[in-house]
Formats: sequence, C-alpha cells, structure tokens
Amino acid sequence: MRDVAVIGIGCTKFGEWWDRSFRNLFVEAGVKAIEDANLAGEQIDAMYVGNMSAGRFIEQEHIGALIADYAGLASEHIPATRVEAACASGGLAFREAVISVASGMSDIVVAAGVEKMTDVDTSLSTDALAGAADREWEGFTGATFPGLYAMIATDYIHRYGLTREQLAQVAVKNHYNGARNPIAQFQKEITLDTVTNSTLVADPLRLFDCSPITDGAAAVVVAPLEVAKKFTDTPIKVLATAQASDTIALHDRRDISTLDASVAAGNRAFQMAGLERKDIDFVEVHDCFTIAEICAIEDLGFCKKGEAGKFTEEGATALGGQIPVNTSGGLKSCGHPVGATGIKQVCETVLQLRGEAGKRQVDGAEIGMTHNVGGTGATVAAHIFGRA
Amino acid sequence: MSVPRFWRKIPQRYNLEGTHCETCGRYFYPPRNLCPECRREGTIVNHTFKGVGKVVTYSVIRTASDQFSALTPYVLAIVELEEGPRLTTQLVCSPEEVTIGMPVKAVFRKIGSEGESGVIYYGTKFAPM
Ligand SMILES: [Zn+2]
Repeated sequence: MRDVAVIGIGCTKFGEWWDRSFRNLFVEAGVKAIEDANLAGEQIDAMYVGNMSAGRFIEQEHIGALIADYAGLASEHIPATRVEAACASGGLAFREAVISVASGMSDIVVAAGVEKMTDVDTSLSTDALAGAADREWEGFTGATFPGLYAMIATDYIHRYGLTREQLAQVAVKNHYNGARNPIAQFQKEITLDTVTNSTLVADPLRLFDCSPITDGAAAVVVAPLEVAKKFTDTPIKVLATAQASDTIALHDRRDISTLDASVAAGNRAFQMAGLERKDIDFVEVHDCFTIAEICAIEDLGFCKKGEAGKFTEEGATALGGQIPVNTSGGLKSCGHPVGATGIKQVCETVLQLRGEAGKRQVDGAEIGMTHNVGGTGATVAAHIFGRA
Repeated sequence: MSVPRFWRKIPQRYNLEGTHCETCGRYFYPPRNLCPECRREGTIVNHTFKGVGKVVTYSVIRTASDQFSALTPYVLAIVELEEGPRLTTQLVCSPEEVTIGMPVKAVFRKIGSEGESGVIYYGTKFAPM
C-alpha cells in the first residue's frame, strides 16, 4: 500500500443557509480545497461524497454525479461515488478516498461531505435523523435520535454517577472552542446554567446537550505522500484509517453505554499507526450529544470507563489540557450537517497539524485523531494523522 | 414513514412473536432468521414471548416527529424480556413513575398515526406490573 497525505482542505461556514442551495454549498467547499491544494480540476481522478439523507432533506438523490457535474467535472467523466452511513457518511467517504489512493487505483482524490438540513421543518428532520437507527424496531415505537442517546445517558448516569454539571461541561467547553472557530455555527461561549436551564428534549438531555440542525459542506484532497510535496509544503500524512460496525439497534448492544464499534475502530487505528493513546496530541470526537463525547473519550481509551465526567470537569479535555477534545467546537458548537461532519473533523485536524488553527491552536501539535459515529454507534470511522 | 411496510409486520408486533435458535438456545425479539451466534448452523423457529420483563434504561420524549407529537411527553424505554432479548418500546406510565429495573408487562396499544386524520397503527407497549 502507498502512504497517503491530505494536501488540501476546504469548508463552508456551518449554519442555517436559507439563501443557499445544496450544490452551492459543496461547490464552495470543493473549490476551497482544490485551491488550497494548488490543483487544477482536471487533475482529479475520483470523488467520494458523504451524504446521509438528501432524499429526505432536499428530495434529491444521485448525489455523486450531481456534485461532479457542478464541480465542473462532468466533461472529465471521473468516478464520483456517494457514501452513506448516517452521521458517519463523511468519515467513510474520507476512508474510501484514502483506500483508493493507497491501493494505487487513483492518485488525486477528493473526499467531500455535504448536508442541507434546514429546508424541512423540525418534525421532518427529526424523522429523517431517526432513520440513522432501526426504523422498524426503534423508530416505529417513537424513538427519536435524541431519545436513543438520552437512554445511553440514563444508563451511564445510573451506573457511573455522572453529574448534570459534568455533562453540561462538555457543551461549555465545546462552545468555548467554537467561539474561536470562524466556521462554527455558534461562535458564542455559554455557561453551565445555559445548558442546565435549557428546554428538555429527551430526559435527561436538554437543548444545549444536542448538536443543532445545520447546513454545510467540507472537502479535502488526498494524494500519494510521494507526490504530496509537489502541491503543498505541509502535507499531512494519514497514519491510520479504521472502520467498525455494530448492531443497528441500541437495544441489541452488549453494553448500552459503551460503543463497541468505537472501541474496535480505535484499537484498529492505534494498531495500524503503531501508536499509543499518550502519543495523540488532540482528538476530534463525535459529540452529537454531550453524552456521546463522554462515551467517546472512554471508548477510545483516553480515560477509564466511568471517569470521563471527572476528566472533563478537571479540564483534561480543554484547550491546554492533557488531551484537547473537539478544538473545532465539535458538532455541538460547529453544527452538525450530518454528511459533512466527518470531513470537517479532518479539516480541523489538518489545520491543527499545520499550526494554522489560530486562537484554538494546540501548541506543538504533531499527532491528531478523528472519530466519526453513524447512528447510535452502528458505524464508526477513526483516523490518525501526523505531520509528514 | 410508510404504513404499508409496518402492516406486514403487525402480527409479530401484536403478539410479541420472535424467534428462537434451537442450536444455541438464544431468543430473538425483534425476530431474526439468522442466528448471529451460530450463523448458518443455527436452527431458527418461531417463538411467542410471555411478555414480561424489566426496564434497562429509559427517556422521556418531549420533541417528536409528527406521528408521535400528540403523545408527548411519552416514556421510551429499553426493556429486557424474561427470556433474554431486549427491545425498544413506549411505557404506559407517567414520567415520574419509571425507574431502572422496574418490572413491566406487554400491553396492546395504539402506537401512532399518520397525521391527525391518517391511518392509525397498533402494536405492543409495556406497562408497570
Ligand atoms: Zn444460535
């Protein structure tokens, strides 16, 4: 296999874009990534596009071809493939691009992610997102996506004694970071009271425990490491790509508040990179809900099971802490355009490793990790990156 | 969400019918026709559950999709049946009543409807014993 590097990144601002279309958003992200990589469009060999539910959100399917067309590449006839794994669609699109280059099948590949979620009302978006779980045996009974994560939270709180304040601290920390990120949907710091006084969505999760409904797109360009220096002075090497699956329904899991797919993907990534947990300087984890970040940092092995609340409260996951988590602001503050999130995590990691993350820069960052979850943990993608 | 797809499954939802693997002894609800333990070696037969179990975890849903919005707030739970399998269900009780470990039994109820005047669909919920 060939070594692979990220040579370009691009991201739209995340938010509610009522005046912009789906194709307008991904073209902006794609053009930024291609400019960042100093590429000409005709040098692109293939595209992978992460998208969860354009069919529900904008009633458009056939996203691969649509994106290639509006990226100006219809005349090049490049292979353009949509990748879907709910909220992990972006992470898997990136992984497919890496595999394609590593295998030698392609040289320059674009991995993009896009979602336009605000064109439908909340009831429809709630229903569409519930499709990330088991429609026949979870959705049918009235299980919403926040409701499923809320049941993880209830189980976790009951077993490990997580406090309301510790859970809220995840959101406070991520908003602090997001306030320092120009692409974040909410660039505003919040307090513990903001979280604990917000409306209940699905007990015990409140509005500020949940990532928002968001429009946005992100794109990256990957290339063989051996040619990466021709395009950029700061190629970022992909040290590991890993993916794992688990039961689609939460009720069939071995342990309600351990995402075994996160454990498996994390272990595979560390093994592939030949690295240990202490080698990681920062990590972007999938915090679609505050409880998800608590589970993620334990499942990836950054602290012991049951201790993530205390770990967070003590500042270990904050900027300047032992292992900064979600320097971008995470899904919570950046917003969560589901198909784009996994690619945005890669963009943030590359910025950090280039030393271009501005006010949220992790000093001396050399190794970073991303963790992208589909559904309640039925799919997980994990990647590790380092300076080349 | 399309109702016809759910109609096909309704006998199993009405009667809490699942499956049983005679090779390894595991029970499945929702039903599976391939045993994840024995895979192709498994012998799967139908099984009707007694319908008693206990609450593993729960939430109270306050924001729902259209089909369920008239029911909010409602209690959603994962219930472990006496025979072993777990399922997601609504509980017929108040949010204050529910606790982890609470014994529950299956009851036949309206599950939801397609809008205010749309088709109603039925199935199993669980109530405190
Ligand atoms: Zn079996």
